[in-house]
Amino acid sequence: MGVLGQACLLTALGLSVYGAGASLYGAAPGRERWVVSGRRSLYALFAVVALAFLLLEIAFVTSDFTFPVVAGQSSLTTPWYYRIAAAWATQEGSLLLWLLLLSGASSLAIFSVRGRMRDVTPYATAVLLGLGAFFAAVLFFTASPFERVAVGPADGLGLNPLLRHPSVLIHPIFLYGGYTLFSVPFAFAIGALIVRRVDAEWIRATRFFTLTAWLLLGTGILLGARWSYAELGWGGYWAWDPVENASLLPWLVGTAFLHSAMIQERRGMLKVWNASLILATGVLCILGTFLVRSGILDSIHAFVQEGNTIAWAFTSLIVVMTAGAVYLVVTRASDTLRSDARIDSLLSRESMFLANNVTFVSITFVVFLGTFYPLITDALGEKRALGPPWFDDYIVPFVLVLVLLSGIGPVIAWRRSTPSRLWRSLRVPALAGIAVLVLGPLLTRAEESPLSLAMFALGTFAIGTGLQELYRGMRARQAMTGESPPLALAGVVRRNRRRYGGYLVHIGISVMFIGVAASTAFQHERDVRLTPGQSAKVGGYTFTYERPIARIAQRAGELERIALGSRVRVERDGKLVTVLRPERAYYPINAPMMGAISRYFEGNATSEIGLKAGLRRDLWIAEQPDIATLQPIIKAGDKVFADARGDLTARQRGDFLGVALGGLVNRYRTSEPPGQFRILVSPLVTFLWLGALFSLAGGLLAAWPEPGMLRGRVRAGYAARLAQELRRA
Amino acid sequence: MNTLAPVLVIALVGLVAAFVSHPLRRGVSERAQLAQEGRLADLEAAKASKYREIRDADMDRRTGKLSDEDWLELDRGLRAEAIAILHGLDALGPADPVTTSELAESATIAAR
Repeated sequence: MGVLGQACLLTALGLSVYGAGASLYGAAPGRERWVVSGRRSLYALFAVVALAFLLLEIAFVTSDFTFPVVAGQSSLTTPWYYRIAAAWATQEGSLLLWLLLLSGASSLAIFSVRGRMRDVTPYATAVLLGLGAFFAAVLFFTASPFERVAVGPADGLGLNPLLRHPSVLIHPIFLYGGYTLFSVPFAFAIGALIVRRVDAEWIRATRFFTLTAWLLLGTGILLGARWSYAELGWGGYWAWDPVENASLLPWLVGTAFLHSAMIQERRGMLKVWNASLILATGVLCILGTFLVRSGILDSIHAFVQEGNTIAWAFTSLIVVMTAGAVYLVVTRASDTLRSDARIDSLLSRESMFLANNVTFVSITFVVFLGTFYPLITDALGEKRALGPPWFDDYIVPFVLVLVLLSGIGPVIAWRRSTPSRLWRSLRVPALAGIAVLVLGPLLTRAEESPLSLAMFALGTFAIGTGLQELYRGMRARQAMTGESPPLALAGVVRRNRRRYGGYLVHIGISVMFIGVAASTAFQHERDVRLTPGQSAKVGGYTFTYERPIARIAQRAGELERIALGSRVRVERDGKLVTVLRPERAYYPINAPMMGAISRYFEGNATSEIGLKAGLRRDLWIAEQPDIATLQPIIKAGDKVFADARGDLTARQRGDFLGVALGGLVNRYRTSEPPGQFRILVSPLVTFLWLGALFSLAGGLLAAWPEPGMLRGRVRAGYAARLAQELRRA
Repeated sequence: MNTLAPVLVIALVGLVAAFVSHPLRRGVSERAQLAQEGRLADLEAAKASKYREIRDADMDRRTGKLSDEDWLELDRGLRAEAIAILHGLDALGPADPVTTSELAESATIAAR
């Protein structure tokens, strides 16, 4: 299997290099068959990489520990579904997944445009295969998952406990899916610039892939935020951590591109800007992958400790991509990329999109600077990092502007509008926003955080314009067809998926930001040490540590973890609200030289939080148990087992160990141990997840192909024919 | 397995080589027709996009974002651009004949 896997990687490298060369050679007139051969190389690349990935998965599922990557992230007790995910928890497997998704997305893109853009496609194919060649080369030469040892260990180390969460099954796939799909518009932009064909055709041809990339990357980011909230035990969903920022950067620039691309489609404007944005997105996707896998920046999400073995390769790729992109844009900027039109009025959708773009790019710059600040200051002599308050200070004002623009954009016409017409469209949502601004401080504590109050008002305004547009569209459809409101709404949305999908995204994003503002500004937070029977008051709730809980979790007859935690009763005004059970799970470290008992407390540990989520607020608690009272027993146990080494059979040792750990757990339960608790009462966190779901639904709607245009054409006068085809489309 | 692996590797490489080199061995005929199909596909995409713009402008008028005068001017321009695309399409080949059933279907859809 190892030989076949290595052969797949080498074949993938050969296919990529050959296919890129064939595509470039075939780009000249009269060499069509080389283009077709290059295209087939891409399809073959996908098949070969899929075979390689299948072989790797078989190695993980069958626990073939002669593969070091399997022994490093899987074990006999690892559940089958985590064994599958363990493949991409390794650096080698994640790079192979990248190549698999890249070749799959590229094949689909090149297949879907076959016959179209015949001048651009060969170069786009070459770029995609060039990226494929890079990953295949890195995999084959420096990070092959198919390296093997003659004799593997009896058991593997198992999956990093922090990764033992359902999100590990899909979160990386969504993130990498987003990254790789963004390669498609990146490659077509390069192709369009090379042949100097910079009309909006490359944007239209790759629109589905751009939208899907945006959707997948956004979903991946949100899954990561949810994972962080539920697993990491620090109580938040976003920490402006480098790994989080790495995925946010291309998403921000990609979002800007999705908006400004519409201006190029409509008006033939912003060609330089659009090409620059999508090229930057492509480079940032590679940078994001590099940051996550290399560990060059300190991160709370840094699960990979392999060092910088791939750093030089990724750095070279990023330099080449950036230099090539800059060269193409600069050499085409003066003539080819000149706009076909100018902005007619400041009161136009073009102006709003431009302002939106400037805001997105400003946020991107701030996030980029904050993320790389440690590297910049390190190079200057003294390494310093910027924390969440710095990010919040700069980014919150920009986000307020974005939400405002997302409210105005949908109601303003292309080319030009008038103040009176715009006011007629905005007045109801604007009054709703003003009402929130006025009533918020009277009914809540909103006056304590002016920025949050502004977000509530602007969010209400943006949600209002979105809902108003849905209503107006429904009424217009009703006036035309006489349908009932639900049917008219469904009809107008079905016929204008892109438009109303976008509005739903705006509504969802506004709901999300309301949740973010409320849960950040009005969160009650307390770190407290409690012993059984003691209580803490947080945000009007009383949290009472009733009693400790402890258990040994087994899997496949083996001890998987020791979980120590507590039963916490939550009351409000003397009435029971809920009972929470936070735990700290201790996973043994696979180090035979460590003490037999202490190795269970020296390995990885995860927080299993206690959470009561609600529409209005979340009650969240994590515990760090105090195991100081257990330490003397642990040391004594270590000594007993060390002294008995050689006198016990493996089975006897296992049996005695089980008894010893059982006793330890019982001791914890009965000793009334103190615990260090982190308690949060966060309002409207659920808005964040609901808004995200709403946005994703809108994104799906916008990405969904529109009803097919007519294929057959009719003989008639052109105007009549146009009218007829428009009605039928 | 040790003897099977080289066989599998040779089979894999052989299959891939045959698949990729197929167009080079057979050549691609009717290049002119392929180029015309490519141009046709590009124009069809441009037509679809222009139609979407016309529908969007109409929706903007119906939902109050565009005045009737602005819409008329915009719509006239967009339709002229669409007709230019239709001219381009027709220049590439004969139009498909319209059928009675197509017209009936068109009328039904329009009535919705």
